[in-house]
Amino acid sequence: MKKSVFLGALTVAGMAAGVASAATVDDVKARGTLNCGVATGVPGFAAPDANGEWQGFDVAVCRAVAAAVLGDPTAVEFVPTTGKTRFTALASGEIDMLARNTTWTFSRDVDLKFTFVGVNYYDGQGFMIPKELGVTSAKELDGATVCIQTGTTTELNLADFFRVNNMSYEPVPIETNAEAQQQYLAGACDVYTTDASGLAATRATFETPADHVILPEIISKEPLGPLVRHGDDEWGDIVRWTLNALIAAEEYGVTSANLSDMASAATDNPEINRLLGTEGNLGEMLGLDADWAVKALGVAGNYGEIFEKNIGESTPIGLARGLNAQWTNGGLLYAPPFR
Amino acid sequence: MSDTHEETIRFVRDSMLPQQEPPASSVGAIGWARANLFSGPVNTVLTIISLAFIAYVLAGVLPWVFQSVWTADSLNECREIMQATWGETHGHACWAVINERWLQLLFGFYPSELYWRPILAFVLLLVAVAPVLFPWAPNKLLWVTAAYPFVMPWLMWGGTIWGPICVAIGFAILFFGAQFLASRIGSLAGLIVAVVAALIWWLFIVGPLSGELGQAMNIGLEPVASRNFGGFMLSILIGVVAIGCSLPIGIVLALGRQSDLLIVKAICVGFIEFIRGVPLITLLFVASTLLNIFMPPGTNFDIILRVMIMVTLFAAAYMAEVIRGGLAALPKGQYEGADSLGLDYWQSQRLIIMPQALKISIPGIVSTFIGVFKDTTLVSIIGLLDPLGLSNSIRSDSAWNGIYWELFAFIAFLFFIFCFSMSRYSMYLERRLKTDHR
Amino acid sequence: MLIYDTRYRSLTIQVVAMIGFMLLAAWLINNTLANLNTLGKPIEFGFFAEPAGYDINQMLVEYNNQDSHLRAAFVGLLNTLLVAFLGCITATIVGVLVGVLRLSNNWLVARIMTVYVEMFRNVPVLLWIVLAMAVLIESLPAPSAFRGDEPEATMKLFDTIAITNRGVYVPEPLFSRSLGNFHLFGNSPLRFDVSLDLIVILAVLIASIFGMRTMSARANRIQESTGVRPKTWHINLGILIVPMVIVLALLGFHLGYPELRGFNFGGGTHLRNSLIALWLALSLYTAAFIAEIVRGGILAISRGQTEAANALGLRPGKTMRLVILPQALRVIIPPLISNYLNLTKNSSLAIAVGYMDITGTLGGITMNQTGRELECVLLLMLVYLVISLLISGVMNWYNNRVKLVER
Repeated sequence: MKKSVFLGALTVAGMAAGVASAATVDDVKARGTLNCGVATGVPGFAAPDANGEWQGFDVAVCRAVAAAVLGDPTAVEFVPTTGKTRFTALASGEIDMLARNTTWTFSRDVDLKFTFVGVNYYDGQGFMIPKELGVTSAKELDGATVCIQTGTTTELNLADFFRVNNMSYEPVPIETNAEAQQQYLAGACDVYTTDASGLAATRATFETPADHVILPEIISKEPLGPLVRHGDDEWGDIVRWTLNALIAAEEYGVTSANLSDMASAATDNPEINRLLGTEGNLGEMLGLDADWAVKALGVAGNYGEIFEKNIGESTPIGLARGLNAQWTNGGLLYAPPFR
Repeated sequence: MSDTHEETIRFVRDSMLPQQEPPASSVGAIGWARANLFSGPVNTVLTIISLAFIAYVLAGVLPWVFQSVWTADSLNECREIMQATWGETHGHACWAVINERWLQLLFGFYPSELYWRPILAFVLLLVAVAPVLFPWAPNKLLWVTAAYPFVMPWLMWGGTIWGPICVAIGFAILFFGAQFLASRIGSLAGLIVAVVAALIWWLFIVGPLSGELGQAMNIGLEPVASRNFGGFMLSILIGVVAIGCSLPIGIVLALGRQSDLLIVKAICVGFIEFIRGVPLITLLFVASTLLNIFMPPGTNFDIILRVMIMVTLFAAAYMAEVIRGGLAALPKGQYEGADSLGLDYWQSQRLIIMPQALKISIPGIVSTFIGVFKDTTLVSIIGLLDPLGLSNSIRSDSAWNGIYWELFAFIAFLFFIFCFSMSRYSMYLERRLKTDHR
Repeated sequence: MLIYDTRYRSLTIQVVAMIGFMLLAAWLINNTLANLNTLGKPIEFGFFAEPAGYDINQMLVEYNNQDSHLRAAFVGLLNTLLVAFLGCITATIVGVLVGVLRLSNNWLVARIMTVYVEMFRNVPVLLWIVLAMAVLIESLPAPSAFRGDEPEATMKLFDTIAITNRGVYVPEPLFSRSLGNFHLFGNSPLRFDVSLDLIVILAVLIASIFGMRTMSARANRIQESTGVRPKTWHINLGILIVPMVIVLALLGFHLGYPELRGFNFGGGTHLRNSLIALWLALSLYTAAFIAEIVRGGILAISRGQTEAANALGLRPGKTMRLVILPQALRVIIPPLISNYLNLTKNSSLAIAVGYMDITGTLGGITMNQTGRELECVLLLMLVYLVISLLISGVMNWYNNRVKLVER
């Protein structure tokens, strides 16, 4: 009776989905939208607001890529992915790139066949604990009940840390950050462990943030970055250099305030000129317009501005730049030269 | 009082006294309470315990529901208002989150200026199912039912109107072609030719033709990508599509399971038992991670469609069992009567068996629908934004981080309204069908 | 044509169906292999032998993070079976109780039960699981509340049970002269230990029950021949208790009480919140369905049966137990089976509360960490399929037995 609902839906979806082929950039241009995988909800990194607009630090990377390729920062389809579905979504071509707090690891790069194009946030796994327990070091956590978010590298790091230090613990695996926060606040676990950025973001929303401390130990390296499929280097280059453009722009002092001035005429810094397309033909090499970086930067400014707007110290999340400062300021952000 | 018997008997009453009122303790509220609440020591104790229980629950819930904050921009603001008004933050609901996000919980990210489309689709759904579900609905509405499968996707996803029309024409080709050819070249050959013609039409002609027509005469709605679907709209959509599509598949499976063709029966039983033996969540894992792998290289459905496919298969297995029950409930005389009229298998199924079996099965179908509708909450586990999934997203907004009960209470309430009314309907139907049969 | 010849017709159709089915299967397998080739992930199950690397909080058999993925899956499987088993028992008890109470002549009780049934049946089970977890976490005291000179919370039942929002700690049985464990399956991933103490205790219990039955059989014989039934309850009680006490004393049985140590309670058996929440939600949800089945079954028994039982002088409780329920059972059992199946399948929603069942281990962390979706999901489905078929097999066997006895 209603078989055709299915057929009708098929035709409609056929129009929307299309067929993935080798050249992702051609697909994106033909489709007119970028399919970008994000988290279902991590404060400050990716979450939909009341109008259904996705906001956050990871989301900004997606928008910058969409602006660079399509010239329109709103031409992004955000695909919420879970820890389980993110890699298959990328591998199957459902999404063109994944920007979802994903740690760059050997096995993901080599075994799961993805290309990490860079790092947009240097993170590390930390511990948060109520102040009243009087714990000052993670080495004192023997016998504690630990809340962890599943589907990440977190649980493996945790197991390693406690095994190496010969301590016992009771893991409480939890699917989402929101649930973990609730259990932690109610005292169902003593410690909450996840990426330090997540801890800071979570703590910021507590009724009394001062009652909780983040322990000094960072037990793992978590370089988070956008990734694409193996084997499509043109597309990988586009995403990689869009990210680099955001980082480099901060280093050279290109901001959303002075962007239009700098892009309209060549400045006396050749590096800026090449970046903004007033000199050389970098855009052409990528297969994009000459002003691709201008469009990417036009969305929300450079890396520093995006950071400040979404997770910086002026936001409720209040993260300091730390490792994520420019290399000139003692951080790790170091964009290769635009030449 | 008359005096006629005065001589014979000293006193006899030969006229009725007016009826006395029953004692006050056995009528009205008191009598009812004595009969139903305090009929014995055990009952009295039970009643008192129950009353205490009700009082305890209401004392906890009512202040929370009614002494609450309705307008605030964030959970912290809510807490400040509570602190200012009642001096404490516990025991008061912060409905402001519902106030701000209820449209999102209902429609997901569907563009707000287009809300009329899902609403119209929903109203049309009610109209379309009315002739099937309610005897008093005029039969002319069946035309709406027939058109609905084509109108609904167009309303929901938008795009050119020619696509659905062309697909519908394919069905017309199938139906009328089979009828027309049946008289010329035999029913079976006619059917095969019609099916092949319809398949060719759908696979090779519909796409280009609807594109051409769309360019020539651009009648259409603004397309909406299925990623924007969410909230209760998504739950209802998945439920309706799954039940609608699973009905024909379920009928075929049920017939296959009943048939005496060994291999056909084995395939049908295998499929039904396999689907019924695994949890829906594993099928959703298949939808989210494996379905694209099973398809030809390069195929890419979007996730909502993949979920619909798997939920349809899931519902089909249950539907097959419901319809099998309907078939089994038919008296054998119906089959024999059909045979004696000289009807062949398909004719007797179409004209005699199925109309009756489906009618008996409607309550079962409704309960299957309720089950599928409730199970659509599982899609939140694979990252779709159904009401539960959205509640997680809302809680990751730093303004509402930490809110809990209000969202779940709202979601549970809406689910309850939907499912309860449907189950009431199903009970009404069962009662009606029962009287029909006696 | 073959199709018009009634002799070959069914054969033709079947051959066509078979070919169609095999073509479909071949097409799917071919696609899968082609796709996996492109992804560079050929089907192989070798990763199951690699160390899992993650910890599981609740395990019925010993496990550490250096054990293999297969072992982790086995631990998860046992957890699934545990919660399904507990859930089925509780759901049956609650369901029968509620079903009977819905027919109670106390209006208020019947109404409350109706509200319970409608509330649970019409809200998704996933929501109930999440809510049950939230209730446990929010309403119970944290272990830290037990600390200090004037703690906010105290242990229940003479300081033997601690109810916290991490779970319930109950005393555990310990044996100071334990017989040790019997190790099964050597070093394979399916290895597990069986406590010899438990086996001895069970053996004694079975022997006692056997002895009691012999006693009642003897009493029956005496009653039949003399008309007087000898008093047996004190002998029965003795048979049950004395050997058990002797065995327990020999094994050095004592209870290990939970006590606050460091961050948590130590000692005792820890029933985790995730288990309790899942168990509670699944059994209350399923009980609502079972209650309806029980009510339907009871209503299906004709009123004459009740009246006849009343005429014989049976009390309402006995009428229910001896006359109505045994007959209603025949109507009740088939749908009951499918509800047990549903409960088992619904236990796969355990990931919502972080209970590490097989969906949480094999279909969750293992799948995430290894990226072998096809192998994990197929194995997961296979496991559930086997469980389902086993349950329905056992229950159908029982169902047939009940039927035979009836006739």
